[in-house]
Amino acid sequence: MYSAVISLITIFGVIIAALSVSAGLIWLERRLLALWQDRYGPNRVGPFGLLQVLADMIKILSKEDWVPPFADAAVFVVAPAAIIVPVLLTFAIITYAPGIAVADLNIGLLFFLAMSSLAVYGVVLAGWASDSKYSLLGSMRAAAQMLSYEVFMSLSLMGVVMLAGSFDLKNIVEAQKGLWYVVPQFSGMLIFLTAGIAETRRLPFDLPEAEGELVAGFHAEYSGMKFALFFVEEYLGITLISVLICVLFFGGWQGPLLPPLAWLAIKTLFFICFFILLRATFPRPRYDQLMSFGWKVMLPLALLNLVVTGGIVLATR
Amino acid sequence: MISLFKSMWQVFLHAFRKRATIQYPEHKDYLPPRWRGRIILSRDPDGRERCVACYLCAAACPVDCISLQATEDRQGRRYPSFFRINFSRCIFCGYCEEACPTDAIQLTPDFEMCEYDRQNLVYEKEDLLISGPGKYHDYNFYRVAGVAIGGKDKGGAQEEERPTDPLELAP
Repeated sequence: MYSAVISLITIFGVIIAALSVSAGLIWLERRLLALWQDRYGPNRVGPFGLLQVLADMIKILSKEDWVPPFADAAVFVVAPAAIIVPVLLTFAIITYAPGIAVADLNIGLLFFLAMSSLAVYGVVLAGWASDSKYSLLGSMRAAAQMLSYEVFMSLSLMGVVMLAGSFDLKNIVEAQKGLWYVVPQFSGMLIFLTAGIAETRRLPFDLPEAEGELVAGFHAEYSGMKFALFFVEEYLGITLISVLICVLFFGGWQGPLLPPLAWLAIKTLFFICFFILLRATFPRPRYDQLMSFGWKVMLPLALLNLVVTGGIVLATR
Repeated sequence: MISLFKSMWQVFLHAFRKRATIQYPEHKDYLPPRWRGRIILSRDPDGRERCVACYLCAAACPVDCISLQATEDRQGRRYPSFFRINFSRCIFCGYCEEACPTDAIQLTPDFEMCEYDRQNLVYEKEDLLISGPGKYHDYNFYRVAGVAIGGKDKGGAQEEERPTDPLELAP
């Protein structure tokens, strides 16, 4: 009974925390982008403009929930859910602090990779069900981009798995007690970071929704709360990738003085800001550049990283 | 690769730059005197309407937002019986001011004229007329123009000679 209550609290705590962080990111991203573009950003509603999130929510909830007559209605409605569920599920396997985890899976990392593959379906279905050329182009790009960047995303994580000897995120964090994996696995970290940006379809890899050329890509036909789900998914994705980078490469909850959860939160916030800085800095590459960068540069690098790490691990055991 | 991080650093340094935004309702930007904002009708130094209802502003207006009706008082001075500017049409181009021969219609440095009701953007002559001479303090059309009005015959204007009587030259 007691453990059931504890796990229920954890489940709702994680969901509420993840959703509120991703909602807060709407404000944070706009403020930070403004900061780096010599502007102020939203600073009118509430203290520091924090209630802007609330205003945005009210606005988007009061919008018409519109399904275009030419769309495949059933799939059109299911797609936003299909895109957000895998991301939310992935939050379940992360160990946020000793004892705070929804599911202590011993194949946690594999579960994450599987879920990030499933996330492609949401994008593809959204583009396909919209029955509009820009949506279809966007979702085709998304499918190709996410599939090819997933290949070396999983490869880049294998170095960490070899060093820790486990797929369990809890064990991986505990194995970083002496030395964070960012030191021995620096190239792996960079590759995972790049792949993570591409997986969440963030700038500079936001070709699936490239508004300059594809209107809004795969979610061009969406409005109201269904559109908001795509938005929340993007911010959830940023949060997820940031948490995972911290857990896999930057010692997770470990740190002096402060409580474990606070350390994870600080590190995660740092990487979220880093993601936004990336968006503020880089222009979007051309689509063929994106694909050739993935297959011709990142994949060989990930393989090289895998081989070298494997050799060193084999030699020192 | 290095240049990528360099440009990221450069963007990050923008966090410490001066903001380009002016926080509008609290801080207001300086508007130059020739700013083309809300249109007014000015009066001459004597306090009478400058407008002589020549229709040139209405003709110059590219969006046809000015309408007026000319009439004449007992002294023979032309003036508009009504003068109406529809500011929901006005594009603040300033052509009316350029066209005006008597410097009556002028644009002012004021743009804060929002209304909840579109009808309130239609300004009548009472709303347009100001009590002063606007940008041109000393200009008084009827004092310099040769047109005769009650109390001022032909030749009565400043630096104007009496009209020559052609019969006087007869042999």
